[in-house]
Amino acid sequence: MAKINKEDRKKQIMDTALKLFSKEGFFEVTMADIAKELHMSVGNLYNYFNSKDALAKELILYISKHLAEEIRKINMMQITSKEKIRKIVDFYFHTAKERPEFIEYFLRIYLSNREVFKHGCEGMICVSPFVTEIMVFFEEGVRNGELRNQDFFSAFGLFMGYLGGMVFLMGEGLLPNDIEFYSQEISENIYRSLKNES
Amino acid sequence: MKAKIIWLQGVTCNGNSHSFLNLPSLASLLQQFEFLYHPLFPSPLQLMDLHTADFDILVVEGGLKQGWKKGDKDLYELFFHLAQKAKKIVAVGSCAVFGGVFKEFDPTITGVLFDKTKKSKLYEHFFNKTVNIPGCPAHPEWIAFAIENDSFSLDEYHRPKEIFAFTVHSGCTRNEYFEWKVDAKSFGTKEGCLFYEQGCQAPFTHGSCNRILWNEINSKTRSGTPCFGCTEPTFPKTGLFHTKTYMGIPANMPLGVPKRAYLTITGIAKSFQIPRLTRKLIDEN
Repeated sequence: MAKINKEDRKKQIMDTALKLFSKEGFFEVTMADIAKELHMSVGNLYNYFNSKDALAKELILYISKHLAEEIRKINMMQITSKEKIRKIVDFYFHTAKERPEFIEYFLRIYLSNREVFKHGCEGMICVSPFVTEIMVFFEEGVRNGELRNQDFFSAFGLFMGYLGGMVFLMGEGLLPNDIEFYSQEISENIYRSLKNES
Repeated sequence: MKAKIIWLQGVTCNGNSHSFLNLPSLASLLQQFEFLYHPLFPSPLQLMDLHTADFDILVVEGGLKQGWKKGDKDLYELFFHLAQKAKKIVAVGSCAVFGGVFKEFDPTITGVLFDKTKKSKLYEHFFNKTVNIPGCPAHPEWIAFAIENDSFSLDEYHRPKEIFAFTVHSGCTRNEYFEWKVDAKSFGTKEGCLFYEQGCQAPFTHGSCNRILWNEINSKTRSGTPCFGCTEPTFPKTGLFHTKTYMGIPANMPLGVPKRAYLTITGIAKSFQIPRLTRKLIDEN
């Protein structure tokens, strides 16, 4: 059997941990549970992450980078802000459907257990790649006159809060339709609330 | 023999002359150079004599405007005549370099080589012997540097790189506050960065105000006033004391800093509260 390299193994651990955390909850899952799921020894797992908190921080950074990479691709496209909103919404909902643990982790663990992320993930450090791309998206929209100039967090909260809320409803099984059914309307709502009307 | 200087004034407020008269080493400079003509201090020639003067360096203060007269002299014509004869031309102050403040009133006023960012009609005639020292006013040490030296490495606006390759941000005593994004809430204090809330343009303004201090002791930012960007062709801008932002993100990045790099670093800096910097260090009560 081909030997798996360290980086791939690390990724495998993170993907497994993400699934377990989002299913069972962060505090319920131990390092031993993760090791068991991966058929590896706990000692070996600690070679990759020296604590559950360290793993938790790496996970949020991993998710943030993944989301940032995709939004960056959208930012680089020569399309309007309205079209970018649609693409970001599509991508976010698609991720929520295909990799629900990504979004669940962000909403249920990172945002709800701030004490875990107090040291080494202060403020927005561990989600900085993602927030930076959202900033670039907003800044370019205002610069080209398409979006209204306002406080960043007012716009950020509206955009991400809306998407997060929908994913939360989906996770709770409360949405009557598939989440992607709402993409068009939600993109339209977000655009209308952000656009420059002057 | 001393090199001879003619200091000609176009449309100006005299600010650069006054700045120059504050040069601490003026006495020593006058050992090497003789002012054949300067409108503000005793000199052997008068304006009417300049046409036939034999000299080396032409210093120009103020903007140029065709048909504009001083005494009986058409200043533009006199400038053109003297500029052809000069071995070196030193344009001092933002009016002589880019058109400056007076251009706001009369758009036909230009600098010697530049009309704001565009090359002027005179550019092709004099680009190879003109050194630009912008500033409102130009710093006396910068003026002396341009008079005393002959070999320069110049930037795109003919400004000596020795002085203008740096930004005013370089040497600013508030850099620690800039790094950690702690802003001053008012003018005149010695604490806090003046960038976000007071409109400081030092991170993207070329100049050495914080490396070569004014009156050897101070600068705008050190005394608590934001940099106005007076060495740039965009000066004077309106809406001072306000940094233009798009969704809270500065419209102008610090010089040479990519947007993503700036946003990443500032996002991280803002995540930390630095108590030493966020509370008052002086006059704590």
